[in-house]
Amino acid sequence: MDIVVCIKRVPATDTAIKIAADGKSIETNGVSFEMNAYDEFALEQALLIKEQLGEGTVTALTIGPSLAQKVMRDALARGADKAVVLTTDEWIYDGAQVAQALATYLQANPAQIVLCGKQAVDSDNNQLAGNLAARLGFGCVTEVTKLELADGTFTAERDIEGAREVVTCKTPAVISCNKGLNQPRYANLKGIMKAKKKPLEEAAADLPAAAMEIVSLELPPARADGRIIGEGVDAVPALIEALRNEAKAI
Amino acid sequence: MSNIIVIAEVRGGSLKRPSLEAITAAKQLATASGGQVVAIACGNGIDAATAELAAGGAAKVIAIDGPSFTEYSGDAWAKAIVEQVKANDGTAVLMAHTAMGKDLLPRVSGLLDTGIITDVIEVSCEGGAYGAKKPVFAGKATMTVKATKSPFCATIRPNNFEASSGGSGEVSKVDAPSGDLLSVVKEIIAAGGDKTPLAEAKVVVAGGRGLKEADNFKLIEDLAAAFGPGVAAVGASRAVCDAGWRPHSEQVGQTGKVVSPPLYFAIGISGAIQHLAGMRTARTIVAINKDADAPIFKVADYGIVGDAFEVVPALIKAIEEVVANR
Repeated sequence: MDIVVCIKRVPATDTAIKIAADGKSIETNGVSFEMNAYDEFALEQALLIKEQLGEGTVTALTIGPSLAQKVMRDALARGADKAVVLTTDEWIYDGAQVAQALATYLQANPAQIVLCGKQAVDSDNNQLAGNLAARLGFGCVTEVTKLELADGTFTAERDIEGAREVVTCKTPAVISCNKGLNQPRYANLKGIMKAKKKPLEEAAADLPAAAMEIVSLELPPARADGRIIGEGVDAVPALIEALRNEAKAI
Repeated sequence: MSNIIVIAEVRGGSLKRPSLEAITAAKQLATASGGQVVAIACGNGIDAATAELAAGGAAKVIAIDGPSFTEYSGDAWAKAIVEQVKANDGTAVLMAHTAMGKDLLPRVSGLLDTGIITDVIEVSCEGGAYGAKKPVFAGKATMTVKATKSPFCATIRPNNFEASSGGSGEVSKVDAPSGDLLSVVKEIIAAGGDKTPLAEAKVVVAGGRGLKEADNFKLIEDLAAAFGPGVAAVGASRAVCDAGWRPHSEQVGQTGKVVSPPLYFAIGISGAIQHLAGMRTARTIVAINKDADAPIFKVADYGIVGDAFEVVPALIKAIEEVVANR
């Protein structure tokens, strides 16, 4: 069973966003990058599936700059067998462009299971899994919080508004992973040493034209200054007063 | 004609309100494009929902109806919808950014081999080019884009447009195709009790590590309950979800949910940048924290510096009185 995990290198979640001079991208100076948090769940699930089946390969796949090698090396250290960086120097914000480029790769390098995070925490696109599945003709379940594989069919659980949905999905499939699905393992020293010898390939991404262009990127308006009402229990009546008559919130 | 398609969400026979909000966004685009709003709904026995769409602003409603569409299947529904998008000259396709919308519209856009923009808060159509605005980095920034490929697909953030009402559209029915399903919903398990969904709540009461242990979240639950049934939901910081005190579905912030309720309480939450991203657009923010220097006070409209275990019980009493005297 060939399993591919789609991974994105993103700014760390504690980054304070600054807009670059072009007004269309973020200032990356001084920003540290990491593996997209949701992709960690996808990688862990890939490793769990491989362990369950007792065979197969886990390939970590990304599209981005060569600098993404660092994140991919981390994926190898955690247990992926192989990593591929489809390189581009462009900052890709168009999810369809990514889906199409990954679909092109996966058509040439077929896999039965493709896992990804439910969304990347930079562009928050939340659309890769369905888009990719449509292009590959695969089944798909998104935002899963529980996943079991038996006889080539997945049974997945996902949160919907006010309830949980149980979905079955045949393989080949693309599954997007939500927080709560598993507890990602971290790389240990042995894994880090092993990762140095694992294959990490680079190939130029086959990127189609973008389906959209950025007009502007802006910071949200700052909130008006608030105030400390007071200290301890004694401040409660003043808070109620303010919520009622000033904010009209209760 | 350049029609604006809205894929409506019908669950258990009823139309979900965010679909009517998507119709409002579609009407804005239709006014600029000169086309009509066409709603497409899938299911089995959905006459009531399609009537509601016709009375809610869709000029034309297409029901893809039949036993094979009783349960949601992303692949089967997307295929049937794409046929209708093409047959009805759809130049834009909108759906609410709900669990179903996030699953279905990307698949539709992939079959149409076009782009999609998700979680949209504003739409535009200028000189025939569709555009949209959406939060990125969990709301730390806002991106405005212009579509360069047709049709334009977008999921619309719930609670951001008014629900559309009024109209007398015409309803037509198409038999739901039967065939192999790659994926299909087998069961829907309702959340315990009558819990208000976090993203839809009018009030969110969120707790953090300042509550010291999981059992103390009773205070947070009691404050939420004080607002009366169906009003408030419990939220939590990443730290307490990661510690297993609360389920991940309650996490507010960059790797959790982004919420924008009229009133938000942050109790014992210091205000890490990831948490602030998830709640900074709430209309009114109240923070209760022992540490007067906690970053949460920088975004809070009203702050009380103090021990949550003393302040919150008094606050519960006060809110109960306000609610009782309404």
